[in-house]
Amino acid sequence: MKSRGLLLYAFAYLAFLYLPVLVLPIFSFNNSQFIAFPLSGFTTRWYAALASDTAMQHALGNSLRVAIVTALFSTIVGLTAARAITRYRLRGTKLALGFISLPLFIPDIVLALSLLLLMEATSFPLSLVAVAIGHLLICVPFALTVLIARFEGFDRNLEEASADLGEGEWMTFWRVTVPLMLPGIVASLLLTFITSFDEFLLAYFLSGTQATLPVYIWGQLRFPERLPMVLALGAIILTASVGLVILAEYVRNLGARKPMVGA
Amino acid sequence: MADSGRNAGEGYALIAPALVVMGLALAAPLLLMTLTSLKSQQGLGFAHGWTLAQYGAVLGEASYRALFIRSVVISGLVTVVTVCLAYPMAYFVAFHTKRKFLWLLALTIPFWTSYLLRVFAWKIILGFDGVINSGLMRLHLISQPLGLLLYNPFAVVVTLAHAWAAFAILPIYVSLEKIDPALLEAASDLGDGAVRRFLRITLPLSLPGVIGAAVLIFVPTTGDYVTPALVGGTQGTMIANLIEVQFNGVGNWPLGAALSLVSMAMVAVIAGLFVTAARAARQAAR
Repeated sequence: MKSRGLLLYAFAYLAFLYLPVLVLPIFSFNNSQFIAFPLSGFTTRWYAALASDTAMQHALGNSLRVAIVTALFSTIVGLTAARAITRYRLRGTKLALGFISLPLFIPDIVLALSLLLLMEATSFPLSLVAVAIGHLLICVPFALTVLIARFEGFDRNLEEASADLGEGEWMTFWRVTVPLMLPGIVASLLLTFITSFDEFLLAYFLSGTQATLPVYIWGQLRFPERLPMVLALGAIILTASVGLVILAEYVRNLGARKPMVGA
Repeated sequence: MADSGRNAGEGYALIAPALVVMGLALAAPLLLMTLTSLKSQQGLGFAHGWTLAQYGAVLGEASYRALFIRSVVISGLVTVVTVCLAYPMAYFVAFHTKRKFLWLLALTIPFWTSYLLRVFAWKIILGFDGVINSGLMRLHLISQPLGLLLYNPFAVVVTLAHAWAAFAILPIYVSLEKIDPALLEAASDLGDGAVRRFLRITLPLSLPGVIGAAVLIFVPTTGDYVTPALVGGTQGTMIANLIEVQFNGVGNWPLGAALSLVSMAMVAVIAGLFVTAARAARQAAR
């Protein structure tokens, strides 16, 4: 009996989570610029409008560039730091880890504005580069957390065995460490990419005239007649990212099926 | 590990890039912000000399104090509501279903779209001619749209409780999943009923997850700008909105810097208390 009540709750909670998300696709196909029930017929014109909106496509391009650069850099930086923290007995590791994790405990608005002050003081132009620096700040702690967990999860004897069997350091790194770390690396790339792609506040203050997609969306929210188009954009982002997650999960399972000791 | 002493230099070289990034993008900007907060605005620039006037204003002015308190109360409420709603859900996935992966996937998919649009969707749902009002009117349950749904702290709490749900479900699920079933059986064998067993075994053992979730939610929601700006109205304005105005609108950067640093310190102290509590809970659970 109790279990049935819990099941009911679980479905109610799921409904709460999905209600706002379903608003996006539903009204993106609604043939009216007013976002209210009752629905007034099916249309794809908002998607057509989106396809001819060059400002949006430009912002999308900006966001993709920033997110790719941020994901690559923060994962590389996270990878080296995670290796240092898990494989070397260094003095001050805890302090360094605390310092690197600090952005997780500071509200984004403070990070954004302190970076804005730095850019102004050094006459660094507000640009996509400035946004990427800001995103690096919030993505490195994420990458580090994911990668440390992965390094701790695999058996370091495997690396030593490889060295004992005569592989050099680089070959050991490429043939043993990287394949074993791959799920962690993929997870880190995915998490940092999504974080950067979706980040608004830092980009809002640091992007100058080079709007990223969230900054562009923020600008559109003021114009009621543009809203259905923005909802169509949201529906596309949702579909694309769900596809990406399922793909990543599929790739991860492919990797897991290979016999891998300690993976 | 025996050779780790010899390679210490290599280890420091590996961690250096991360420290450089944080030094340049975190330490230097925060230092600059501290210096700015000790200035005072004069026209478009700063007046000469250093002053604590901004801190006097931030701590002395009643309207700022009220906004700080409101921000903490709202995000405290958000934290409690989010965690309480998520706990039974995480409990269900951990103990009452075999399709754990499917449930976790279903629970995280809503978070894979733009944060801005998820927040904005609530504006559509709660609005004057929004989903709830037009739905209730159509069902003839109300004759006038309800105006009290949007532009108040309630709307902010609902929206944030939705936006941060995944950050509560996942840590709580992980800590529940770790509980040894033998402990639960032992409690039952020794005569504990379901409720007693939950209160004495399950809840204390899952406390680290609950407190972890609380920190993950409290820190970012206290400084959230988007949600209060979109659904908060004047009654739901929070500290980040005031800070933004200092940098964008009126233009008093030193005051904005002081407000930022004080709210950062406030969040750090509260988060620190949470973490201390988490550590105590973990020790008690052992």
